[in-house]
Amino acid sequence: MTENSGLPTPTPATTLETEPFWEAAAEGRFVLPRCNSCEHVIWYPRLFCPECGSTDVSYVDAAGTGTVYSFTVVEKGQGRWRDHSPYVLAYVELDEGPRMMTNIVGVDPDAVAIGAAVQAVFDPGKDGGAVIRFTLQ
Amino acid sequence: MSISGAAHIAGVYEHPGRNLPDVTVPQIHAAVAKGALDDAGLTFDDVDAYYCAGDAPGFGGLSMADYLGLNCREIDSTETGGSSYLVHARHAAASIAAGHIDVALITLAGKPRTGGRGPGGSMASSAPESSFESLFGLNVIAGYALAAQRHMHEFGTTSEQLAEIKVAASIHAQHNPNAFLSDPVTIDEVVESPMIARPLHRLDACVITDGGGALVMVSAETAAKLTRQTCPVLGTGVGVETTNRGRIDLTRTGAVVSGPAAFAEAGVTPADIDYASIYDSFTITVLITLEDLGFCEKGQGGGFVSDGALQAGGQLPFNTDGGGLCNNHPANRGGMTKVIEAVRQLRGEAHAEVQVADCELALAHGTGGSLATRMGSATLILGRGN
Repeated sequence: MTENSGLPTPTPATTLETEPFWEAAAEGRFVLPRCNSCEHVIWYPRLFCPECGSTDVSYVDAAGTGTVYSFTVVEKGQGRWRDHSPYVLAYVELDEGPRMMTNIVGVDPDAVAIGAAVQAVFDPGKDGGAVIRFTLQ
Repeated sequence: MSISGAAHIAGVYEHPGRNLPDVTVPQIHAAVAKGALDDAGLTFDDVDAYYCAGDAPGFGGLSMADYLGLNCREIDSTETGGSSYLVHARHAAASIAAGHIDVALITLAGKPRTGGRGPGGSMASSAPESSFESLFGLNVIAGYALAAQRHMHEFGTTSEQLAEIKVAASIHAQHNPNAFLSDPVTIDEVVESPMIARPLHRLDACVITDGGGALVMVSAETAAKLTRQTCPVLGTGVGVETTNRGRIDLTRTGAVVSGPAAFAEAGVTPADIDYASIYDSFTITVLITLEDLGFCEKGQGGGFVSDGALQAGGQLPFNTDGGGLCNNHPANRGGMTKVIEAVRQLRGEAHAEVQVADCELALAHGTGGSLATRMGSATLILGRGN
């Protein structure tokens, strides 16, 4: 699902380790790095397993669903975010286990609560890329 | 090898300035170094080890060691944000205990008020996590708000309980002529101040000040030759809390490691502490740290800080200089001033209105980085000495 939130969506800096994540996002797919040795689902994306030390890591499809672990409604943003306040900064706990930093978009900030079920959306940026944010299910 | 008692803090100095438009950052480093050495009764020629963090301009510690004209046989520029100076103190104490060095100088200085953003304000774009944390409007207070919101959810902590922490700091700050904010505030004034990032208000946040501070640590043998009262380093601890392999716990800090290590090394318990300097970038930082250090059970911090427990005369007097919340947060780094006020208390040199009677054992704690991502925590336990 594509959701143009209107939030700042600069082109992310990519590395050899993270290119597969961002290329998938641009295609509307949410992938997560997973350790082929211990099956730990890794966050943030990298080609190293912090759980077991393995470098045998592959990107696999994520369900794209999870729950809000914590959030804040930022009333006074800074820099380019100043004009987008209030916005919701959150940690989402993915069904696969990782807790990832993101925004909750497309909803009234007052409707967001810890434990609420969320669904990933692809927020299009410049250059054909996309940032993964979440909306309430 | 225990380092307990091998090293003493012999000199401390906090720059009185809070707005310093007309001096450079190296000048402030030099001024606070001179102040701490004067306090100890030592000179720059006595220094044989130098410690600084990312606020020091130049190449690691080398530029400032050169600027100050030091002759060093040890140098350390460990960077853990605002807790760096307590990590340095632990490293210096260990080097003194090992006989490698005799007189260590630790300095902090910066000008986030009048000289542009302080160091550490934005994470280096080369950090491997950068693209996964920089796209979502994270700023310093918003990160701590994530921790506060989760703590409230799990344990029922309230904004009024967080406000108690600011109130205590403000009551202390009224006696500090150098404090950036010197007016006492009430719980209502804190919770009615502008909301910045729910649930944190403007008055839940520390001040932004120019300034700096320095410590001089010496061997027990050298301490015995000085006329100034020196405070033995009884216990030290460092803890690094990361995003926990992708499963971050927003309700814990590195103090769960640094605290027990420091208490064990000192051979004391939280109940023995007469005075505590607790890093106070935000009110929530104090509350979670008190739990992690063992002053109360996890989740009970809200009850612990209520009813003036942190005020002078309360159960655990804290940050009697006004702390980072009211007095001073030079270079956006509050660790140095935590140690300085602990030494003032042990020497009986805090303001009379906030001096802890017969203060024999003090704790100083630093938190660097962010509760919302990764942090370095450091704890020192200091004795009164003579």
